[in-house]
Order: sequence, then C-alpha cells, then structure tokens
Amino acid sequence: MSTAPDKVAVPRLALSGDVMQTLYRVLAVVLLSVALATLSDVFLTANNILNVLRQTALLFLMASGLTLVILTAGLDLSIGANVALSGCLAASVIKLTGSPLLGVATGIACGLVVGFANGVLVTALRIPSFIATYGMMWILTGVTYYYMAGETIHGFPSGFRQLGSGYLFGVPMPVYVMVVFLAIGALFAQRTVWGQQIYAIGANPVAARLSGVPVERRLVLVYTVSGAMAGLASLIILARINSAQGDIGEELTLPAIAAVLVGGTSLFGGSGTVAGTLIGALLLTVVLNGMNLLQINSSWQPLATGIIILLAVWIDTRTRRIGE
Amino acid sequence: MSTHTLVSAQLARVPGVAIALIALCGIFAVTSPGFATPANIANILTQSTILLLLALPMTLIIMTEGLDLSIGAVLTFSSIVLAITALATGSPALAFLAALAVGLCFGLANGVLIAVFDIPPFITTLGTLGIAQGLSLVVTDGQSVVGIPRSIEAIYSGTAAGIPLPIILAALAYALTHTLLYHTRFGTYVFALGGNREALKVAGISVRGMLIRVYVFGGLMAGFAALLMTARLNSAHPTAGIGMEFDAIAAIAVGGTSFERGNGWLLGTLLGVLTVGVLRNGLNLLAVPSSAQVACIGALVIIALFIDGLRGEQ
Repeated sequence: MSTAPDKVAVPRLALSGDVMQTLYRVLAVVLLSVALATLSDVFLTANNILNVLRQTALLFLMASGLTLVILTAGLDLSIGANVALSGCLAASVIKLTGSPLLGVATGIACGLVVGFANGVLVTALRIPSFIATYGMMWILTGVTYYYMAGETIHGFPSGFRQLGSGYLFGVPMPVYVMVVFLAIGALFAQRTVWGQQIYAIGANPVAARLSGVPVERRLVLVYTVSGAMAGLASLIILARINSAQGDIGEELTLPAIAAVLVGGTSLFGGSGTVAGTLIGALLLTVVLNGMNLLQINSSWQPLATGIIILLAVWIDTRTRRIGE
Repeated sequence: MSTHTLVSAQLARVPGVAIALIALCGIFAVTSPGFATPANIANILTQSTILLLLALPMTLIIMTEGLDLSIGAVLTFSSIVLAITALATGSPALAFLAALAVGLCFGLANGVLIAVFDIPPFITTLGTLGIAQGLSLVVTDGQSVVGIPRSIEAIYSGTAAGIPLPIILAALAYALTHTLLYHTRFGTYVFALGGNREALKVAGISVRGMLIRVYVFGGLMAGFAALLMTARLNSAHPTAGIGMEFDAIAAIAVGGTSFERGNGWLLGTLLGVLTVGVLRNGLNLLAVPSSAQVACIGALVIIALFIDGLRGEQ
C-alpha cells in the first residue's frame, strides 16, 4: 500500500482537471455556437445575441442561488414556482401602489420567505430537501393559481420595465444584474468563511459539524438565498414581458437545475463554482435558443433538458468514481 | 432497532393517519350535506383507485430510500399511447399492453439509471419526468386524444356484483402488493434495501437487480393506472396526470412511511390515499378550486411530518 506519492499528486491533478473541465465546457459552448451559426442565419445577429445574453442572465440568477444549495448536497425544486408567486405578488403591489420600489421589495421578500420556509422544513423537520422543496413547489403553484384565478396583470411603469428590457451602453440591463451577482456569489463562496463552510457541509456534513460549523444555520441561509434569487429573477421576468400570470417561471426549474449541473457543480455536494454555473446557464440557453431558431417545437424542450440533466449527472458520477 | 420496537413504532402511528381520516370525514360531514351520502362515498372510493395504484409501488420505492417523481408523467404518456393504440387498432387489449409496455420501459430506464449508473433517484426520475412529459406533448401536439372505443370507458364505469370495477381492480392491486411485500423474499429484500443494504450484499443478493425490479414494478403500475385514467376521462390528455406523483407522495407521507431507513407501511399508504381522496372530495363539495386543494394537501403533509417528528423525538 504505497499510495503516498499519488496522494501528494492528487491536489495538483485535481486543480488542472478543474481547469480542463471548465475549458471543455467553454469549448462546448463555442462548438455549439459555431454549429448554430452555420445552421441558422439568425443566430449571430445582434438581436439574437442580446436575446441569448438576456436569457442567460435570467437563468443564471435562478441558478446561482441554487448552486449554493447544491453545494451543500441539497436541491431546491421550488424555484420555478417561487418565481411565479413572487412575480404575481410583486405585480399586484406595483399595480395597487404604483410604486416599483415597493414591488421590487415585495418580490424579493416573498422569495426570501419561501426560501426560509424551505430551510426550516429541511433542517427543523429534517425532511430530505428534494421532497420538502418538491412539496413546496406544489403548495406555491396552488397558492399562485388560486390567487391569480386565471387573471393576467399587465402594464407596469416604464422605469420598472427598464430592469428587464432596458439597455445601458448597448448591453441589456439584466446582464449587469448578472455580473453583479456573479461577483457577489463568487466572492461569497470562495473568499468568505461562510462560503467555505457551505463547501465543508457539502463535502462531509458530519466532519463540518464536528469542526464547529453551524450546519443548520448555514443550510437555512442557502435555501433563503436561493429563494431570494428566485424573487429577484421574477422581477426581471415581469419587467421584460410586462405582465404576470400564474405560470411564469414554471418551465424554468429544470433548465436552472441543468445549468448548475452542466456548470460542473456536483449533485453530491462540496464541489463546484458559481462561475461554472454561468457557463452552464450560457450552454443551456444556447441549446434552447438553437432549438427555437431551428424551429423545433418547444414541446421538445423539457425532453432535451431532461436528457441534459441525466448526462451531466452521469458524467459527475463517473468522475467521482474515477476520483475514488 | 429490534423487530419489537419497529412493530410498536408502527402501531403508534395507527391512530395518526386514522384520526386524520376520521377528523376530515367529520368536518366534511358537518360542513357539506352532500358528503356523507352512499353515492358520494362510493365516488370517493372510485376516485381514489388511480392514486392507490401509483401510491402502492411508490411506497416500495420510498422504502428503498428512493423516489419516483416521473410516475405522474409516465402515467400520462402511457395513457396517451393507450388511447392512440386503441384508435389505431380498435383493440382495447392491445392498447392496454402498449400502456404496460411504456410503463415497463420507463421503469426499466429509471431502475438501470439508478442501480447501474448510480444516479440518485430523485434526479434520475426528474430527468425521465421531463422526457415523459416532453414525449406526451410531442406525440399529441398538446391536444387531447378523443374518440376511443366505448369498451375502455366501461372499465371505469362498469360494475361486477354491484361493486364498481375500478375498486375491484384496486383491491386486487393492493392484495398483490401486500403479498409481494410481506409474503415473498422480494418483499424482505425491499425492507433490507432501505434499512440494511450492506446485509443484502453480504448475503450475496444482487442489490442492482432488486432495485431495478422495484422501479419496473412502479412503471408497470403506472401503465395499469393509465387504463383506469383513460377510461375515466374517456380520452387521453398530455397534462392529465401531471402532479399525480405529488398526491401519491403526500398520501405515503401522511400514511406514516418514513423517507429514511426504509420504514414502510402499506396499510398506512391505503389510509393515506383515502385521506387525500376525502380531502380532495370534501374541498370539491365546498367549491374550493383545485389549485387551493393542492396547497391544502401540502399543509396536511407538513402537519403529518411535524407530528411524526415530535413523536420521533420522544
């Protein structure tokens, strides 16, 4: 059993492996883009590129909070339904008060409260996260449909709409929001004690607890952040499509999960980055955008996303097995 | 944990779900005059049969510390294939076989991905949920499949010796699952898969083979349930079964099966299914929209798990 030299070599190999993995993903995006540019005249037009960026920003915002959850080896299946409820409540408040600021506060607060509730279910009631958030998804969907009763709220102040459809120096506003949260998320995860504790919980919850990490509080934190980010994403959607319905965000849960997993965050916790999720979100958006441009019926999208998720997790499982 | 404490822990749960069921019946009997009538009770039982067919295999799956989120979408796709086959061939038997085949394929895919590829159950079945849902939409182009033979509808509305056919079929399914779980070696392995997987390996049992069988059973039952659902709606619709897995998981949670350690209880699932059925029926009579019903079921589950958690701490 003379494995000592291997063990010394592992960290360096793992690091270069991570870099390679990231390069592979960027390469995948580039190859896909080249293929789509060849197949469709529209792909490389300024309009479509801005559209892809805007959609990537939206998906990234939902997926960034989810990344923290998955880093702890948890899952948040309620984000899409959370977007719907937060968005509809925010829309009502904007309509009632005429104040976009109150609407923004309502949307984020609603998302945050839902996320906190998820955190409590997972920690205090010790329900496995995928079951707790799955149940939450249906509860939120039920409440939203009941609240909206099939109605649509539309027509928001133009100042608010800038958040989703405005431009600054020719770049869509959501992209700036994305960059800000990318910076915050990456710094938080890599450079703060709390961020490192989140990785520790995902890698080995028992060891984390023994070394003094307040596991429950950090878990509540990641679910709350995930919820708040869903609330924020709902505002961007409202501002962009200028209306709110009971089913907004519903079809975004699977792509957001796929973005995190394709971005290299392990479903088993403890490894991955927020920046990786950005690449994942870009890849997913390019795939879905490409399907649209090639005029593939949108019915194929959940199917494609399902297959992408399974592939990503399969690669993850294989990588881990080789690592062991 | 010894067998004795396991048994007493389960006996301690009997009142839980039974009290919930009786309490709900009491509340609805008082609040809505139409509830406690023989016709409505028969209605509740008949409507609960589809859910029971899904909840029975799901109980076994959850006992292996697994989960099947795809079962509602597989039910939907099976129902669509059943309707399309019936339209194309005119043969209900062939259509039923086609539905079973769809269920078998998805169950097998779930089982292989989980057992052989080591992909966690909830993410596997989330992926296959997307696939089954996507296929349902693609095949139907979002439209209902209508005009299926009358003989299929008779399976839901017919009676034998005065008892509705769906209830007889569901009772048979319950008896079959009960026998499988409590009176065969397969059942013993299911218990071990959740609580004591290492012991199975030591005993030389193929854990992979057993897991695959459990998910195949789930797929087949979804195909079976598709027959009742198509017969009930007299058509197939690409969103008809979406979310049924939520009702099934809710019924199992209320019925006292634990999501950890493989503590399952089939009779609890039956009572849980009836509880969800009574809740939905009662809320229907009170004209509560189905969206709000979903929220009520969720609340019921949280209360049940909360009480379970309190009991666990004692």
